[in-house]
Amino acid sequence: MSDMTANETLAPPAPGYWATAGRKLVRDRAAMISLAVLVVIALLCAAAPWYARHVSHTNPFQSNLSGTVVRHGRTMEVLGAADNPLHLGIEPIGPSWRLGPYMLGADQQGRDVAARMLYGGRNSLLISFASAAVCLVLAALTGILAGFFGGWVDRGISFLLDALWAFPVFLLAISLSVVLIAHGIDFGLFRLDASSLSLPITIIGVIYVPYVARPVRGLVIGLRQSEYVMAAIGIGAPAWRILWYDILPNVISALVVFAPLIVALDLLTEAALSFLSIGVQPPAASWGTIIHDGESLIYTRPVVAIAPGLAIVITVLALNILGDGLRDALDPRAKLRN
Amino acid sequence: MLGTIFRRLVHMVAVLFGISVLVFLIFFATPGANPAARIAGKNASPQTIARVEQQFGLNRPLPVQYGLMMKKIFITRNLTSYVNLGEKVVPQVFRAAPVTLSLVGGAAVIWILFAVVIGAAAAAFRNTWIDRLLMVLSLIGISMPVFWVGTMANLFTQGIWHHTLLFSWVPPLGYIDFSKSPFGWFKALIIPWITLAILYIGLYARVLRAALIETMQEDFIRTARAKGLTERQVLLRHALRCSLVSVVTLFGLDFGVLVGGGALLTEVVFGLQGVGYLTYQALETLDLPMIMATVIYASVFVVVSNAVVDILYAAFDPRMRLRR
Repeated sequence: MSDMTANETLAPPAPGYWATAGRKLVRDRAAMISLAVLVVIALLCAAAPWYARHVSHTNPFQSNLSGTVVRHGRTMEVLGAADNPLHLGIEPIGPSWRLGPYMLGADQQGRDVAARMLYGGRNSLLISFASAAVCLVLAALTGILAGFFGGWVDRGISFLLDALWAFPVFLLAISLSVVLIAHGIDFGLFRLDASSLSLPITIIGVIYVPYVARPVRGLVIGLRQSEYVMAAIGIGAPAWRILWYDILPNVISALVVFAPLIVALDLLTEAALSFLSIGVQPPAASWGTIIHDGESLIYTRPVVAIAPGLAIVITVLALNILGDGLRDALDPRAKLRN
Repeated sequence: MLGTIFRRLVHMVAVLFGISVLVFLIFFATPGANPAARIAGKNASPQTIARVEQQFGLNRPLPVQYGLMMKKIFITRNLTSYVNLGEKVVPQVFRAAPVTLSLVGGAAVIWILFAVVIGAAAAAFRNTWIDRLLMVLSLIGISMPVFWVGTMANLFTQGIWHHTLLFSWVPPLGYIDFSKSPFGWFKALIIPWITLAILYIGLYARVLRAALIETMQEDFIRTARAKGLTERQVLLRHALRCSLVSVVTLFGLDFGVLVGGGALLTEVVFGLQGVGYLTYQALETLDLPMIMATVIYASVFVVVSNAVVDILYAAFDPRMRLRR
């Protein structure tokens, strides 16, 4: 109680950096809608097993070549004769557009596309968020080391980043995936299994490190010459203390701004790798692999390719809008790829 | 100035060397990656693998293998494919290059034109509905996977709407040589051009808008206004010229990456036999010499265009000459 009276007499304490930014972000309607969209998509994808068991009643990872499904009171084959005059070839069942089995139709192996979309979304989101985390942590480490310690540490790290930077990002990802997808990699303690998601997570995480590490390094070099760091050095503060209390908070706010943009970039990269069948490996799915499956059905069952593409566009768009909002709230001058 | 150029070129060669070593290590020295076992096929006997190693020189020390491969790519140019035995790799890359250049060059013209118009319009009508609409469209352009846009373009121009007046002129997928039929070349490439350009229109329009808005705060703009120029003259003659620098930098990098194989997805979706397509085929058959050749070709393009951008920068802006 006594605290409250003390507060009433004094001016209220100024809200902190994060509180100010948070309030700005909450007032940004586009960013808040995007956040809500992302949460809804994540919840839908999390409900994938429930959907497969209770709504679509199929196993989306097992081909169902001779199955049947009841629609409009008629029993129909999941993979029926094609709808051309001679009934040549086989065509998967089309979408019913209502909750139930084969809401978005079947793919060429008779699997429920809607259920695969949800499972695929789980993998796509998991890979893009995890690889963004890998990227941000590695970039913060290398950027801070290079920027703070300078000298040969900086020169070594900068050359590595430059070489990685000059490498066409996409070709690097493809090269690494092709080599590693066949048999994984084994460095003793550090082991990546070829069929697990950790492989695309690591590859996609590493390739964008220079995008973030270079701006972080520039930021740290600027901070090192700032007056308050000079003052800290002057009163004999140890390096770890300066790093922890003066450098890291600034770096973290830059990383928060970059985070949604990197997640968006990673989602697109994962989709592209999976589309080239060197990302997520069958029978597992991601939005990219479903577009790949849908390409061969594009003229007969276009929805198989359209639906996962729309899911990617909506998710990436929401991430980009959220990124714009965060940048406006936290650091209007932050630039990726700088 | 000459010193700057010289230093930049030395740096360029060093980075190229670093990249070529990196690529070589990825394909030939990754723990567990055994090129000989791959060429020999699944379940090959150890004797077969040993014979393959002997034949392809894979049992030699890595630095020797690296040296031989670089010699075969750059000097003798007789590196042969592991898959189509006897097929020379380097001429194939050079045959594919014009296709990629046609695709990327045309797309670049489209994206620069549209991005400048959209960026300038958005900045001129800042904070009105026009600005907001253009920026939302740009953001959507950035958010679409290019291979999906291409697939959708095929769906409409080759499938559903191909028999309507709108798209009946679209030729079947594939490349038509310019020397054979210039108009056919144009018709075959216009849809891929637009597909590839969409992402960059969005990206550049946003960058240009931001740069223009920043430039409009500068002192020289106030001077231009004070001497009685109309708002349009200020924007187009003074501000736009200054803001284009940021776009030029991006353009150098992106053009290099795309010509170097970054247009792979577009080429695959539209069946254009460019360098990216070549890489894709080589990846499917795990043709290591072909992959090495295309990736090295790509990095040469990227590194050279990086250097050109830096040197142009130094030529335009004396402040940049002292750095590095």
